Amino acid sequence: MIDILLTSMFSENLALAYFLGMCTFLAVSRHFETAFGLGLAMVAVQTITVPINNLIFTRLLDEGALAWAGLGYLDLSFLNLIASIGVIAAIVQILEMVLDRYFPRLYRALGIFLPLITVNCAILGASLFMVERKYNFEESIVYGFGSGLGWALAICALAAMRERVDESQVPAGLRGLGIAFVLTGLMSMGFAAFSGLEFG
Amino acid sequence: MSTNPLVKPIIAENPVTFQVLGICSALAVTTSLSTSLVMSAALIFVLSLSNVTISTIRAHIPNSIRLIVQITIIASLVIIVDLVLQAYLFEISKRLSVFVGLIVTNCIVLGRAEAYAMKNSPWPSLLDGIGNAFGYAWILLLIGSVRELLAAGTLMGHEVFVLVDNGGWFTPLLLMALPPSAFFLLAVLVWIVRTIRPEQAEQEEQV
Repeated sequence: MIDILLTSMFSENLALAYFLGMCTFLAVSRHFETAFGLGLAMVAVQTITVPINNLIFTRLLDEGALAWAGLGYLDLSFLNLIASIGVIAAIVQILEMVLDRYFPRLYRALGIFLPLITVNCAILGASLFMVERKYNFEESIVYGFGSGLGWALAICALAAMRERVDESQVPAGLRGLGIAFVLTGLMSMGFAAFSGLEFG
Repeated sequence: MSTNPLVKPIIAENPVTFQVLGICSALAVTTSLSTSLVMSAALIFVLSLSNVTISTIRAHIPNSIRLIVQITIIASLVIIVDLVLQAYLFEISKRLSVFVGLIVTNCIVLGRAEAYAMKNSPWPSLLDGIGNAFGYAWILLLIGSVRELLAAGTLMGHEVFVLVDNGGWFTPLLLMALPPSAFFLLAVLVWIVRTIRPEQAEQEEQV
C-alpha cells in the first residue's frame, strides 16, 4: 500500500516520468495560485475517478466479469476506453458545478482549464495504468490519490520556479515554453532519483 | 488558399512547438524510432478521420453536448487503432502500452476538432487533420531518431554507430533513454524554431 502511494507520487510521477497531463501542466503553471488550485482539483478528480473506473472495469467490463448475469463468455474490455472517459467527463462536470457554486473565485481563476481536465491525459492515463497493472479496489484508491498528489506537487513546484524565472534574463527564443521544458527536465531528473529507494 | 490548411500546421503553426498541444505522447513514445513511427501513423489515422467525421455531422451536433460527441467519435477511432495494433504489431503495442489509448486525450485531436472541424467543411478539415498530424509526426520522428541514435547507437534497431562494447567507438548516452532527455530535446527544438521565426517567441509578460 505505502509502496504504491510513494511510487506513484515520486519515482513514477505521472507528469515527470510518463509525461502525462503535459498540456495543462505547461499552460497553467505560470502562477503559483492557479497551479495550486488545479493541483487540488486533480487530487480530487483522481481519487474519485480511478476507484470508480476500477469498479466498472472489474464488475462489468473485464473478461468473465458478467458471469453473475449469465454472460460470463463476454469480454467487454475493449469498451474500457469509452467507459473511463465517460466517467471522467461526468465527474469533472460535477466538480465544475460544485466549484462554481461554492468557490467562485477559484472557479474564475481556473477558467477554461477545468473542462480541459477531461482531456487531461494524466487522469485517463491513471485509469488505464490501473487496469494494466491489475490493481484491486483498495489499491486503486491509494494509486489515484498518490498519483494525483504527485502531479499536484510537480505543477506547484514548476509554477514556483517559473515565477522566479520570469524575473531573469532568458534568451528570447527560449522564453516561456522553452525554459519551462528545461525546468521540467531538471525536475524530472530530480524525481528519477527517488527510483532507487525501496519502500516497505 | 486551398492548400493552406495542409501546409500551415507543418511549421508555421506547428501543433507541438507553436500551439503546445499533444506534448504528452510526443515525449513519452520517443524512446525509439519504431515506436515514434507507429505512434505517428496512429495519430495521422485518428486525426484525419475524426476531423472529417466531426466536420460532416457538425450541423447536427447540439452545442451543449458537443464535447461528449467529439470524444466518443475519437475514442471509437482509437479503439480501432488499438485493436489493429494488438493484432498485427503486438510487440510495439506492448511497448506503447497505455499511450495508444491516450490518443483520446491527445489535445491535438480534440483541439483541432473544436477549433477547425466544427467550423469548416469536410475537405478542408481533412487537409487540416493531415497537416496537423504531419506537423506532430515530424517532431516525433526527429526526437525519436535522436534519442534512439544517442541512447543505443541504432536506428529502427539497425546499428548505425558501432558501440564500444562491440569494438567500436561510440559510448551510448544513457541519459537519452530516460524521460528528462525528451524535455531537453524539445526545449532545444522550440528554441530553434522560435529563433528562426521570432514572431513565435513569447513576449515578456506584462503583469
